[in-house]
Amino acid sequence: MPTSTRHLATAPSNADVSRYALRLGDDALISAQRMGEWIAAAPQLEEDVALGNIALDLLGQARALLTYAGQLEGAGRDEDDLAYLRDERQFLNAQIFELGNGDFGFTVARLLVTSTYQHALYAGLRHSADSTLAAIAAKAVKEVDYHRDHATQWTLRLGDGTAESHRRMQQGVDDVWPYISELFESDALTTALAASGVAVDPNSLEEQVLVYVEQVLTEATLTRPEATVRHTGGRSGIHTEQFGYVLAEMQHLARSHPGAKW
Amino acid sequence: MSQIAPPRPAALWQAVASVLDPEVPVLTIEDLGILRDLHLDESGHVEVVITPTYSGCPAMDAITADVVEALAAVGCHDVSVRLVLAPAWTTDWISEVGRRKLQTYGIAPPSHRGDGPVPVALSVRCPQCGSADTRELSRFGSTACKSLWSCRSCLEPFDHFKAL
Ligand SMILES: [Zn+2]
Repeated sequence: MPTSTRHLATAPSNADVSRYALRLGDDALISAQRMGEWIAAAPQLEEDVALGNIALDLLGQARALLTYAGQLEGAGRDEDDLAYLRDERQFLNAQIFELGNGDFGFTVARLLVTSTYQHALYAGLRHSADSTLAAIAAKAVKEVDYHRDHATQWTLRLGDGTAESHRRMQQGVDDVWPYISELFESDALTTALAASGVAVDPNSLEEQVLVYVEQVLTEATLTRPEATVRHTGGRSGIHTEQFGYVLAEMQHLARSHPGAKW
Repeated sequence: MSQIAPPRPAALWQAVASVLDPEVPVLTIEDLGILRDLHLDESGHVEVVITPTYSGCPAMDAITADVVEALAAVGCHDVSVRLVLAPAWTTDWISEVGRRKLQTYGIAPPSHRGDGPVPVALSVRCPQCGSADTRELSRFGSTACKSLWSCRSCLEPFDHFKAL
């Protein structure tokens, strides 16, 4: 390691910041893809529009993050190259974002968790030492605030609704729970970047996210499940069986018609 | 023969400021507060600085093209448009003129945001009849920046520009 050229022990490398931006960008991108699948399939027309708009916000955040990751990488890859031309093992999103939409209860449960997580993350990242990440986060935090609010309203409505809506909302929460802990896993990359003020340590978000989610669950007469299984691996490119199908759909056009513009 | 004087920045600003937002075509990009700056350097190069409303705003490419076109119409062909994210756009940047135009167009203007959490718009007035007896149908409307409401007095639906 060329330590002689390093002025600060904690100065982050472009490669590290790029990889961090890629993780957050992949979370947003895959989340946008899943939300977009609801368009024309949601329980009501307003919900098609709402989930479509949420997907659009997430896609915008993904574009900014992937563009930045590509610039820092310095290999000439732009947002499209990163979104469309990487294979499964090169995606760094947490697994919770890629899971199939399931029924509306599962989608709402997942959005409640992921939007609460992203809200806490971006609120912290606004103060990042990296000015680009700080700028992206300052916009994103206001957008995911609306996503979290939307998921909260639906959780309350379904949880404290009919016996059937309660049952399915609880099932959604149960199904999503084993995937939550991955969001709060710190590793060498996040620890180093958090020390230099660039990243938010994922571990530091766990308490505030769970406090908010549990508060909503309680108000919605739902029960917090016990996490008996904890799925993980997304940050290092290990994904669920469902992920290949997401990529096939998302990448099909760009790969079949390389360089196509529209 | 006298040379035509190059347009001064004020005239350039005016040309760019009149570009309309494609999604709310009664508002100019100046009314909306997304036109942030304009520089003219000695070589005659013009740089226009704009910022998106939402991260995923699909209108930015169209706005960029319209800015270039508006400057070409006043004789400027050496133009670049720079997109900045910081400081983050807020509905508080919509001008008073812009708010009145929204109202007239049938879109209830945003409440002032301040720094709090998602603002609960308790009394959004119907832009058609002025009644405060309205209700929110959906937090997300026809575009990311609007929510969908309906009026209990005149029974008409309307868009509300969400505070951001
Ligand atoms: Zn009315």
